[in-house]
Amino acid sequence: MKIQACLVASILLWPVAPAQAASKLPSPYPYPEPAWTPYLVGALIGLLVLSTLALAGKKIGASSAYSDAAGMLGRLIAPKHIASLPYYRNSKPMIGWTFTIVLGVILGSFLAAWTGGELTGTFLQDLWVARFGTDSAGLRTFVAIVGGALMAFGARMAGGCTSGHGISGTLQLAVSSWIAVICFFIGGIAAAILMYRV
Amino acid sequence: MFDPLWKLALGLLTGIVFGILLQKGRVAKFHVIVGQFLFRDWTVVKVMGTAVVVGAVGIYALLPTEAVSLHIKPLVWLGVVAGGVCFGIGMAIFGYCPGTSVAASGEGRRDAMVGVLGMLLGAGLYVVFYPQLSGILKTWGDAGKITLPEWTSTSPWLWVGGLCLMAVSAFAFSTRGSSGASQRLQKDAR
Repeated sequence: MKIQACLVASILLWPVAPAQAASKLPSPYPYPEPAWTPYLVGALIGLLVLSTLALAGKKIGASSAYSDAAGMLGRLIAPKHIASLPYYRNSKPMIGWTFTIVLGVILGSFLAAWTGGELTGTFLQDLWVARFGTDSAGLRTFVAIVGGALMAFGARMAGGCTSGHGISGTLQLAVSSWIAVICFFIGGIAAAILMYRV
Repeated sequence: MFDPLWKLALGLLTGIVFGILLQKGRVAKFHVIVGQFLFRDWTVVKVMGTAVVVGAVGIYALLPTEAVSLHIKPLVWLGVVAGGVCFGIGMAIFGYCPGTSVAASGEGRRDAMVGVLGMLLGAGLYVVFYPQLSGILKTWGDAGKITLPEWTSTSPWLWVGGLCLMAVSAFAFSTRGSSGASQRLQKDAR
């Protein structure tokens, strides 16, 4: 167990001290069933992508909103520097299609959670607590920032995220998207097993 | 250059519907996303799979009518492979993806909000290193904006049909497993 913990720490670059061995984690987790069946939700998302392609000639994405937002935030501090960056010469940071989608997602999810009585303010989720304990807020903050940064960086390298490649791209049978999704899962499965199974 | 206002309004509306679906489908949950990577929870694959099948049938049916056109990303080999793996690792350790993290933030989950700050940082870093990276990412070649049928010179319907077949068999397999278990449980109860 000690060797494995060291391995995790050296690979993922932070001191991991699991509160519980992976074999002792509750399985399956006692969580409620989805509010709506995943097949209905999936079919509606498929129709949603179709309708935006037909109506606006745009697909559903999310990750490029973050580089736009980073650019707009940066412009507040150093407008000249931001204007000189080559990335933003090709795609000016502004409130565009993907940015409005991300704003809408926040609003839509809030409305759905509100009407369903599921609004919450939790910081440590149950699965995290089961693995890392209740006093792991610092670790969670660090992991969320590093994980979020890695994910956004990777999304820009690959040209999309779970929405842009994973759903909108694969349904158009784009080769790049299918390869990207396979790589998402390779990276995700490896990291999740190291964090929660070892 | 600027998107017209009606498009932004449509984007906002699309986002609202997408956010409702992500929340109601419970894919914007930490344990669902991490559980998928641990093969404990198949909600993510079910939602994505159904969306892909419905969308693929729809788009390839509509394509000849010219009501829709394809909008795909080029296959920059190193970028897609290295970026994809990097994305997957980040998604597993953060526990949300770019769309579901904002959906989880909308639900009030504060760890997702912290991760959104991390994502702004990561996206900003990419922008800063873009001049050096854009050349490196193309060292494995750029196959352009190609689709699976174009790549293999086959009919798109072969692929769409194959996807449907895979989805139906995966559904049959998963429901047979669970109904078998419940029948056993019923027997035990008797």
